Amino acid sequence: MLEEIGAASIENLFDSIPQELRLRDHLNVPAAMPELELLKRFDEMGTRNQAARRISFLGGGAYSHYIPTVVDSLLSRSEFFTAYTPYQPEISQGTLQSIFEFQTLVCQLTGMDIANASMYDGSTAMAEAVLMAERVTKRTKVIASSAIHPQYLEVAHTYVQHAGIDLEHAVYCAESGTTLPESLSGLDDQTAAVVVQSPNFFGCIEDLAALAEKAHSVGALLIVTVTEAMSFGLLKSPGACGADIVVAEGQSFGVPLSFGGPYVGLFATRDKYARQIPGRLVGEAYDKNGRRGFVLTLATREQHIRREKATSNICTNEGLIALAATIYLETMGRRGVQEAARQCAQKAHYASREIEKLEGFSIPFSAPFFNEFVVHAPVDAASLLEKLASGKGIDGGIALSRFDTARANDFLVCVTETNTKEQIDALVAGLSSSTKLV
Amino acid sequence: MASVPDNLHYSKDHEWVRVEGDIAVIGITDHAQDQLGDVVYVELPKAGDEFAANDSFGSVESVKAVSEIFTPVTGKITETNDSLNDEPEKVNKDPYGDGWMIKMTMKSPGEVDSLLTAAEYEDFTKAEE
Amino acid sequence: MASNITKVTNHISPNEALIFERSQPGRAGFSLPALDVDESSIDEIIPREMQREDALEGMPEVTEVDVVRHFTRMSTWNYSIDQGMYPLGSCTMKYNSRLNEKVARIADFANLHPLASESAAQGALQVIYELQQHLAEITGLPGVSLQPAAGAHGEMTGIMIIRAYIDARDGKEASAQRRTMLIPDSAHGTNPASAHLSGFTVKTIKSTAEGLTDLDHLRELCAHGNVAGLMLTNPNTLGLFERNIQEICRIVHDAGGLVYMDGANMNALVGIARPGDMGVDVIHLNLHKTFSTPHGGGGPGSGPCCCTKELEPFLPVPRVVASTSVGDSDSEHRLKPMLRLDYDYPQSIGRVKAFLGNYGMMLRALAYILTHGYDGLLEATQAAVLNARYIAHGLLTDYDKPFDSDPMHEVVFTDKRQARKGVHTLDIAKRLIDYGFHPMTIYFPLIVSGAMLIEPTESVGRQELDQFIEAMRSIAKEAVEDPELVLNAPHSTRVGRLDEAAAARKPVLRWKPAATESAESRSTASHSS
Repeated sequence: MLEEIGAASIENLFDSIPQELRLRDHLNVPAAMPELELLKRFDEMGTRNQAARRISFLGGGAYSHYIPTVVDSLLSRSEFFTAYTPYQPEISQGTLQSIFEFQTLVCQLTGMDIANASMYDGSTAMAEAVLMAERVTKRTKVIASSAIHPQYLEVAHTYVQHAGIDLEHAVYCAESGTTLPESLSGLDDQTAAVVVQSPNFFGCIEDLAALAEKAHSVGALLIVTVTEAMSFGLLKSPGACGADIVVAEGQSFGVPLSFGGPYVGLFATRDKYARQIPGRLVGEAYDKNGRRGFVLTLATREQHIRREKATSNICTNEGLIALAATIYLETMGRRGVQEAARQCAQKAHYASREIEKLEGFSIPFSAPFFNEFVVHAPVDAASLLEKLASGKGIDGGIALSRFDTARANDFLVCVTETNTKEQIDALVAGLSSSTKLV
Repeated sequence: MASVPDNLHYSKDHEWVRVEGDIAVIGITDHAQDQLGDVVYVELPKAGDEFAANDSFGSVESVKAVSEIFTPVTGKITETNDSLNDEPEKVNKDPYGDGWMIKMTMKSPGEVDSLLTAAEYEDFTKAEE
Repeated sequence: MASNITKVTNHISPNEALIFERSQPGRAGFSLPALDVDESSIDEIIPREMQREDALEGMPEVTEVDVVRHFTRMSTWNYSIDQGMYPLGSCTMKYNSRLNEKVARIADFANLHPLASESAAQGALQVIYELQQHLAEITGLPGVSLQPAAGAHGEMTGIMIIRAYIDARDGKEASAQRRTMLIPDSAHGTNPASAHLSGFTVKTIKSTAEGLTDLDHLRELCAHGNVAGLMLTNPNTLGLFERNIQEICRIVHDAGGLVYMDGANMNALVGIARPGDMGVDVIHLNLHKTFSTPHGGGGPGSGPCCCTKELEPFLPVPRVVASTSVGDSDSEHRLKPMLRLDYDYPQSIGRVKAFLGNYGMMLRALAYILTHGYDGLLEATQAAVLNARYIAHGLLTDYDKPFDSDPMHEVVFTDKRQARKGVHTLDIAKRLIDYGFHPMTIYFPLIVSGAMLIEPTESVGRQELDQFIEAMRSIAKEAVEDPELVLNAPHSTRVGRLDEAAAARKPVLRWKPAATESAESRSTASHSS
């Protein structure tokens, strides 16, 4: 081949790179590793992830749900996972039709008119929603509830820091654990949006209808964030409560925990905002023989055409993870999602009742919850959970002191359909016995 | 060959102006719509908005491009062609007729005299290619 | 419902409907164990007004085998790397190793919760730490964050780092005067979009007739002042190495700005040269390009950000670091330094994503680096460049090549010769589908009229390159002899060219039950227009 193209040596192919920039020595990375050794090496590293094998009640934005076997089986078809973004519709109809189904499912779950082809995750979807609210209303103040996942709030602050948006917090009610409409004291005719999470970071269900009414009274939008998407199976949809933009983390739908990613951001809104939505959209189209197909559409919103005036800089999204969610939702179907949601709620409430019976333990927030709830322990929660993990092999929850030093004795417990009664009973017993060791 | 009616005034940004009393009717030229391809969306201002000459008053979108559109003259919008919301293809089919975009009251009607004539515009588009 | 679609073959696959059209009330594809705790009345635990009223109406009700057939049939409508060459320029569609897929599915990683305690997730943190070290070595830039989820996300991170650095260096007031970001006219659209998101005004630098950054224009723009930085892709999007890169960096640095490199084209450089040695201050990499993690039909990606020592304090938090204080009483921990998440970087731009980034992609990328080793990485780069050069040579006889210089890992041609017969880039791309290849990147970069950007990657052999060249030559011939054949391509696919204008004029972005919007009425509407 070198001869064919008239090059004397492989090195000559790089002649346009100045000599002084060429590496003289090889890279300081290890020598090639054969498959057998590599797998051994990763297996060995895996054994030092003890938490992966524990009975777990961890939630807080990432949830352990049952994943039907067909999800990974179909996801592993290389026609899906080794394809690029569907820029050539004639040979990408598999990807395009499945995204169209994904968009439809997201609309059905959230109760909204339109949804995009996905964002990176729930946190960046929420940040993009804030930016979109500014574009739609041309107002610059945004009020976000302090009961939103702390990491989501951090991401929102990073995204808006140079966008001329003033991001204020509304403090949640310490008794109910929710965001009360009267806490939105900064709300005025310069407010672009009110942002809340429901169920919120503490698992409490917000009164979305009341918050929507309050936001709309000054012409602001209501942005609703959902981290536990399984709640859509049981709770009134944000759309039905009057939300203008709904964003969610879709990890609950068939996506492994995988130490935090890749997950998938859901983004849905009203028809009238179609031209302000960030990210890709798939729409129906027909060829000249009248055959139905699907194409990327309304692309003029996007960076490759509108450049600095685009609605977002996003290009690559989470296509394959959106596909996982699509396969999951279609396999579980209408009744499966309802059943999984019902079991989550029932088991979580059983756990909370049992924990509340323990001496010194209480449930500090009064608002209804779905499958996560805060527990107040008689001792330092971080130490208690550490004892429980090392002694019983149970990850009993997330110590809230990681996010709020004032809540030293509080921790967040999450129960899903994967947790058996036996596991819940072991958690309750373990909390009781470990308390004495702290 | 793109059509360039004699009775209109033209801008170098490919807009046309038809003077009807003190009202200027404005749209984009046949040449412009041809360059853009199938128009899928037209973003227009509201009646009452005011613009100086050469201000951007909206945009025209095809499937894979967005072009800003500029007011060739100074004035106030009296009417916009709302039918383009549902049928943006009118800009392709009839750029000088049903595809008109805005009507403005002209602040200084003399401005149209500095625009190109049909012959000048034709030469201009040829030189551009 | 399938009757809405004209049958194109006797086989059932081409007529697979939407899942919603397949749905039958009462069907189910799931099985869950029965509830094993005492059940409360649902109204008792969640007030009725907070419950869903629509019972998820409209969501599909199908069996498992329905789902399996549905997706299997649809999958056959996709082209994929596993079927053949996928020469999308600037996308680096290289082979996605099955071994990497296996690694990402190891249960001890896949089942690990992101908020698990650090001491019980040391293996996972080690993967991050090692990958950071390797990427630092490959780029010559020591500060690394793996948090960004994709290329554009890494760009945004890098540009925000530049802004935070200048704020700290000059003070907020002086820094506020520095709000210009220079971007070449050949850049990806994400560059200006990311710069805008970070509050910068974009100024465009012209390219020379040779296809390189115009140094005089760069000097002129820098002389205007207010320059915060330059965003440069190298090799640039024309596949050409910016041989004046050191001078470019010097000009920008002298003007008080920083140089950001878009690492989309790193597949031309790994093991050959390092951005850090060129004078680049910050770069993003695409693990889903250079480091072979699968594109997944549009993601997930991963866009690590690598920077100089000076910029390191501004990287996103938390960062994965090796603990320096090994005062632990646990003897095992004394031998192996603890890895931990460090939030203590007061100058950090903040967090750009929940948790730690697209972790599954990190596992795959580390597996890629380790299975290749230093010599394998170098060989991949050499093969990628050799393959592109071979195509550049092979197509010269039939296609217009707008730049004389030898390309690196990708090469741009145009439709100039074919356009005379009315055959344009889009038509050539569509006809290539009939020859069994995925088309190249088309109409990008924007500065080349009718651009066809071809990147074969290292994952094709000579035989396939020859087939591709032959297909392209054959299309050039068809463009002369039978232009209609090319203009109506593709002829071999389930659907022909779709009416994208009609789709954008009246967008249908979701399925709705027949009562409100039937597929049939849409179909007739599109016929009459």
